[in-house]
Amino acid sequence: MQAALFYIFAALALVCGFLVVANPFSRNPVTSAMFLVLTIVWLAGLFVLLHAFFLGAVQILIYAGAVMVLFLFVIMLLDLRAEERRRFKPLGLLGGGAVAVALAVLLRAAIHEGVPSEPAAAGLEGATEPLGRLLFTRYLLPFEVVSVLLLVAMVGVVLLSKKELK
Amino acid sequence: MTPGLEHYLVVSALLFCLGLTGVVLRRNLLVIYMSLELMLNAANLALVAASRFTGNLDGQVMVFFVVTVAAAEVAVGLALIVALYRRRQTAHVEDLTSLKL
Repeated sequence: MQAALFYIFAALALVCGFLVVANPFSRNPVTSAMFLVLTIVWLAGLFVLLHAFFLGAVQILIYAGAVMVLFLFVIMLLDLRAEERRRFKPLGLLGGGAVAVALAVLLRAAIHEGVPSEPAAAGLEGATEPLGRLLFTRYLLPFEVVSVLLLVAMVGVVLLSKKELK
Repeated sequence: MTPGLEHYLVVSALLFCLGLTGVVLRRNLLVIYMSLELMLNAANLALVAASRFTGNLDGQVMVFFVVTVAAAEVAVGLALIVALYRRRQTAHVEDLTSLKL
């Protein structure tokens, strides 16, 4: 059951990821964004299979919910009709493919270096409580730094979207 | 056969390569940005899988931080793209060559 679900989720995530990058039917950024939402949902499914329930929920709420809506807003805001007429350049296709294949070979070597194949602790559940406990004890300083980072990003965005910079 | 750490890492590596291809291949700033998100998600999958199979929650906390930073990054990046579009009327990397010698 779990193996079947893994293969289904993984295959769907890879297919949707491919359609984000190179959709043979449509060059429209909105289509790419929609397939990215689907990829994120299948990845959330994989997270649940890995017993990371909280992160699965966060993945759907923040990525599929907030980040992708922001993307769609901006795509609709900038009218991008010209994109559909452009073709891929053969050199770009060749270079992109070569880089990706080289990285795949490299990662394959790294993965087969030797990994433990069994879950070490059966008790490890990515539930909210142990995660929150860890976040507020050992990772308290990074947590606070991230809050400052979010504030800085917010101020920066407000400043960037002003019409006239004084 | 139940999937092991290797299976998850292979999926993560393939997704990462797809994202990298998108960054190199596509010419639209927004699609490049989406490919970057794909790469971040692939790294997240690797972190969660490693966390599960080594019995250590640190990986999941790391994913939590990655998601937060990605959200901030998207907000700032999209604001930059909108500001750029306002000034140059384009979101294509080929049209943004004023730094070229």
